[in-house]
Amino acid sequence: MALTLMKGSEAIAEAAIRAGARFFFGYPITPQTEIPEYMSARMPEIGGCFLQAESEVAAINMVYGAAGTGMRVITSSSSPGVSLKQEGISYIAGAQLPCVILNVMRGGPGLGNIQASQGDYFQATKGGGNGDYHLLTYAPSSIQEVVDTMMFAYEKAEKYRIPVLFLLDGIIAQMMEPVEMPEMVEYKPTKEAKPWAAMGWKPGDDPAKRAVINSMYISTEELTDHTNVLQACYREIEKNEVMFENYRTEDAEIVLTAFGTVSRVARSAVDELREEGYKVGLFRPITVWPFPYDELKKAVNQPQVKAVLDIEVNEGQMLEDVNLAVSGARPVEFLGHCGSLFPTTEEVKARILAMLKEGK
Amino acid sequence: MSVVFEKTQLLTDKQFHYCPGCNHGIIHRLVAESIDELVKEGKLEAGNVIGVAPVGCSVFAYDYFNCDMYEAAHGRAPAVATGIKRAKPDTLVFTYQGDGDLASIGTAEVVHAAHRGEKLVTIFVNNAIYGMTGGQMAPTTLVGQKTTTSPYGRDEAWCGAPIKMSEMLSQVPGSYYIERCAVNNNTNIIKCKKAIKKAMQYQLEGKGFCMIEVLSACPTNWGLNPVEALKWLEENMIPYYPLGVYKDKGAEQK
Repeated sequence: MALTLMKGSEAIAEAAIRAGARFFFGYPITPQTEIPEYMSARMPEIGGCFLQAESEVAAINMVYGAAGTGMRVITSSSSPGVSLKQEGISYIAGAQLPCVILNVMRGGPGLGNIQASQGDYFQATKGGGNGDYHLLTYAPSSIQEVVDTMMFAYEKAEKYRIPVLFLLDGIIAQMMEPVEMPEMVEYKPTKEAKPWAAMGWKPGDDPAKRAVINSMYISTEELTDHTNVLQACYREIEKNEVMFENYRTEDAEIVLTAFGTVSRVARSAVDELREEGYKVGLFRPITVWPFPYDELKKAVNQPQVKAVLDIEVNEGQMLEDVNLAVSGARPVEFLGHCGSLFPTTEEVKARILAMLKEGK
Repeated sequence: MSVVFEKTQLLTDKQFHYCPGCNHGIIHRLVAESIDELVKEGKLEAGNVIGVAPVGCSVFAYDYFNCDMYEAAHGRAPAVATGIKRAKPDTLVFTYQGDGDLASIGTAEVVHAAHRGEKLVTIFVNNAIYGMTGGQMAPTTLVGQKTTTSPYGRDEAWCGAPIKMSEMLSQVPGSYYIERCAVNNNTNIIKCKKAIKKAMQYQLEGKGFCMIEVLSACPTNWGLNPVEALKWLEENMIPYYPLGVYKDKGAEQK
C-alpha cells in the first residue's frame, strides 16, 4: 500500500479524475479554490477539459450540457457558490443526469466567512432548489474516505441517474493526510449504457431514441408520471445506499451523533472517555441523504443507552433527522455552534460527563 | 412526377403551437433547412447536431427540431451549449433563444460564451416583448411601446432605452460573426437563411461565436393582426434595430 501525503482538495480532485471525470466546470471560491487550480493543471495532461465559468450559475449549466452527452462531469464550489448552483441542480435532478457536485462548506448565511462549517445540511438534504428531488449525498470524514467514495460515486450516479453531492467542509479541503490513491479508470460512455444521452441521432433513426435532455413536462399527467419515476428511484436508493458507521456503540450509555470532520472530534472524545472507563459511542451517518434513520434508531434503542448527544458546526440541522430517528425514545441533547467555531474534544467530554452526572 | 419541394427532415411532424402570424415557424424552418443542406452538401455528418431550446415561446423547440435536443433553464442556453460543445467538439451545436431569455436573464451567459469564443451558433429571436408569459416589457421593448408591465408605454427615463444585443456582442473580442436579420418579407427571409447557414459553416470550420439576431413579429401580444404586425415591425423595429452584418471576421480576412 503506497501512502502519499496529500492536501485534501488536491486528493479529491485527483480521485475524481481517477474515477473517470474528464470535464470540470467551476468558479473560484474559498476554501475550495485549490480544486479548480489542480484541475486546470491536471485535465490537459490527461486529455480532459477544465473550464473556468463566468459564474457558478453558468458552471452548473455547463455540467448539465456535458453530462447530457454521457461524459463523467464534476463541479466544485463552497456554500455561497453552491446556493447559486441550486437552479441548475434542480434541473439536473429533473432531467436525471448523473454528475458529481462538491460542496466544501464554509460559514453562512450570506457571505458568512471562509472557515469550515456544516451550515448547508438543510440545503443538501431537504431540497435546495425547487421541486421534489433528492441528491445522493455523502458526508465523508477523512480525505481517504472522500477518495474511496469518489471511486464508486459515478457508478451510483449512473445507476440511478442522479446527481451525487459530496458534503465536505473547509477542513477536509485544506488539511493534509496520508492517502492511498486508486488506479485510473478509463471511462467511455456508450449509447447502450446511456440510451438517454445526446450521442448522435439522425432523421430515420428510431424516434424513441432521440435524446431530449429536459426537466419540463407541461401536462399534469406527464409531470405526475415523471415525478413518480423519480420518487421510485429515491425509494430504491433509500433501500440500497444508506451508509453509516457505528463506533463503540455496542455497550454505550451515551451515543454521540456527528457527520463529516466534526465526527473526528466526537471520536476523540469517545476514545478518551473510554480510557477513563465511561461507556460512550459514536453513530456517524456517511450518507446524509438517504439518512440512516433505522440504523440510528437501532443503536439508540439498545437498553443501556441513556441519552443521545448530537454535535454539529451549525445550530442544529442534522439534529432534526436525529430526533426523527430517536422519536422521543431517549433524550436528545445538542452541542454545536455556527460561525465555524468547532467544538473541542474537551468541550464534548465535559458535556458528556455533565450528562452522565445528571443521570441521563 | 418529380419532387420540387419537400418538408425538411430536420423538423419533426409535430404541429407548432405558435400563434397565427408568429415568425417562429419561419425561423425554425430556416434553421432546420440550413442543417439539412449542410448534411446534403457533405459538410456535416447526419445526426451530428445538438440544439438547445430556451424558456419563452420557443420552449417546446425540442419537440420540433428533429435532432438530439436540450431544454435549458431560462437564459442559460449558451452555458449548456458550452458544456455540450466542450464534450463534443465535432458536433454542430446551436442555441435558439428569445429576447427575454438572451437579452435579460441570460446576458451573462451569452456575453461570456461570446467572450470565450465558444464555437456555437446562437439564433436570437427578438420580438420586443415577453410572448409566453403574455406580453410583458422586455429589455428590447421600444420606447413608448405599451405592454402589460409598461401600460403607459416604455419610459426611457424610468427603465432605459431598448438594448441592442448585436451591436453589443460585436464589440466582444471573442465573437466571430454577428448579423441582424428579419423575416418580414421574402427578400429578408432569403437573407436570413443565408446568414444562419453561414454561421453554421463558420462553426464547422472551427471559428468562434456566431449570433444571428432575427427581428420577429408577435401579433398576439402587440395587439395587431399578422399583416399589421409585419408593417409595425418594418416601421418601428427596423429603424431602431438596423439590419445588417455587425461583425464578420471571416469577411475581414478575405
